[in-house]
Amino acid sequence: MTQTANPTSITSPYLPRVGRIVDARKFTDKEAYYRFQFDDGAGIHYTAGQFMEVSLLGIGEAPISICSAPGQRDDLEMCIRTAGDVTGAIHKLGVGDAVGLRGAFGNGFDMNTVAGKDLLFVAGGLGLAPCRSFILAALNDRKKFGKVTILYSARTPKDLLFADDLKVWASRKDVQFLLTVDRGDENWKGNTGVITTLFRKMEKLNPSNTAAFIIGPPIMFKFAVLEVLAMGLRKNSIFCSLERRMKCGLGKCGHCQIRNVYVCQEGPIFTYAEVMRLREGI
Amino acid sequence: MLPQILPKEKFGQFVSFLMTEHKVVAPMAKGPQFAFGEVESAQDVQAIRMDYDISILPLKKYLLPTHEALLEFGSRDPATATAVVKSQPLVILGAHPYDLHALATLDAAMRTEPADANYIARADATTVIGMNIGSYANDQQFMADMGTTEPPEGAFDLFMTDLGDRYYIESGRPKGAEIVKYSGACRPAGKDDHKAKLDFDMKKAESLVKRLPYNTRYLPELLDDSYDSLLWDAISRRCFSCGTCTNVCPTCYCFDVQDKLNLDTVSGTRQRRWDSCQLKVFAEVAGGENFREHRASRTRHRMFRKGKYINDRTGKLGCVGCGRCIQHCVAKISILEAFQQIGGEADLKA
Repeated sequence: MTQTANPTSITSPYLPRVGRIVDARKFTDKEAYYRFQFDDGAGIHYTAGQFMEVSLLGIGEAPISICSAPGQRDDLEMCIRTAGDVTGAIHKLGVGDAVGLRGAFGNGFDMNTVAGKDLLFVAGGLGLAPCRSFILAALNDRKKFGKVTILYSARTPKDLLFADDLKVWASRKDVQFLLTVDRGDENWKGNTGVITTLFRKMEKLNPSNTAAFIIGPPIMFKFAVLEVLAMGLRKNSIFCSLERRMKCGLGKCGHCQIRNVYVCQEGPIFTYAEVMRLREGI
Repeated sequence: MLPQILPKEKFGQFVSFLMTEHKVVAPMAKGPQFAFGEVESAQDVQAIRMDYDISILPLKKYLLPTHEALLEFGSRDPATATAVVKSQPLVILGAHPYDLHALATLDAAMRTEPADANYIARADATTVIGMNIGSYANDQQFMADMGTTEPPEGAFDLFMTDLGDRYYIESGRPKGAEIVKYSGACRPAGKDDHKAKLDFDMKKAESLVKRLPYNTRYLPELLDDSYDSLLWDAISRRCFSCGTCTNVCPTCYCFDVQDKLNLDTVSGTRQRRWDSCQLKVFAEVAGGENFREHRASRTRHRMFRKGKYINDRTGKLGCVGCGRCIQHCVAKISILEAFQQIGGEADLKA
């Protein structure tokens, strides 16, 4: 009596689309860049801050942030750190190989809501990946915003991601870009120290007209929020992306739940005011 | 449809009728306890125990199985993946009122957009026949407090009450009336039957006492006030983080998603399996950060889900007061005692 509907007629939110790797580059020992296109040719629409469920059949699925500029496009980019079974296996793939992609998931962020404001991006480590989506959105529509400031920190010079982007940002006259590493090496001539040391080096912003995007490990978030609050930013103008292990992306499986919030649906982008109320957020 | 009477000598005929078009599951003895299992033969029909006190596992096992395939794939190539959405006409016979409430909760949670196709396919093919209770199964139950002693509107097809030599049957959704009509085993209830049902209800109301020192409408707020209480640390000292409480909970629906390969190591299925927020790794992310690393935070999370979060999200009960999580906890952790304790400071007796 078991009835199995015709597979082609089933719309299951668990069925991934085929994403083909069209560009792959190694950034560091652990992080690599991938650009995907969809075999079905249908493209994708997403906003800054959204994520995809990336899967390899037989191994599993992992939530990964999109790092390319938002909008309606026929491709998307991700920077993937090898951290587990799925990401480890993805690192063995190259151009022409395929993965399963579901999404985009999450609330994302509409850059129009911060039009006219000064933008401060604070990215720590792999946090630059999701942050890059916001940065590229701002730079692609540069006239829409006031001053654009990017602060980025990595552990060592070897851990720096998106080297090409960093060069572009450093050369642009309409962008203030500051970079630091926790520990330099013999060739490093730039800033050394944690990301908060950059706040003293950056040009002043108008705190009542600035939106800050803070994306990085939880420990960085705490200190960076303290800095921007000290600058005078409002709690509602501080945005962050919360990392959780979303297993379904549909607000069901419970893994990403913080108190009564499903990060995969209502997040991952929250204001500091919201994070504060969540209590278990960071 | 007005209430009907199913004489007990015709119960077998009634169940056999259900079996002609459906898989039928019903409560049966399992050692000294009871479990829902499939009724496959005339012998099984004899083994049905409509007088069961409580089943070990709740009914969610039929709508959200312990594990189920979401995808099937023929190889590592993602183009070979196809969605798996299966259902089969099912009758759940003998669901107690609190379990009917729990089914209503699951239904609300799973139908919330983006809706769960696998659950919906099963739920839409399921007929539910409820069974009344006249007393608590044990002193860990608190259905009177949670408002789950009577079945919820629209969440059952038929609802039976044991009147000694006969069942008094009330109908809910239209499917119920059809079953009564075509089974040929029922007759309309008469004056004596209605009277007997009223007597049953009176005895039931006397027996099902309240056990919380406040009206449960205040439960979400009391939980909020207790968020920083050391109570959660105190309770969790005894917790082994085994996850039994969430397995036996009729409204817990969290799951894990895993890929399973067939013996050819190429084809396989993507499955979801029951998971538990009480397990240490549940809220862990890549790189090892764990957002509910401490047992107390996991204990609190479960009790908040039961008493507040699920209510807030679905409008349905997160806890139906069935007491299963208390009954089966190896450390005898009691959500009833926790709910009693958080009300201890305020005099809110209903």
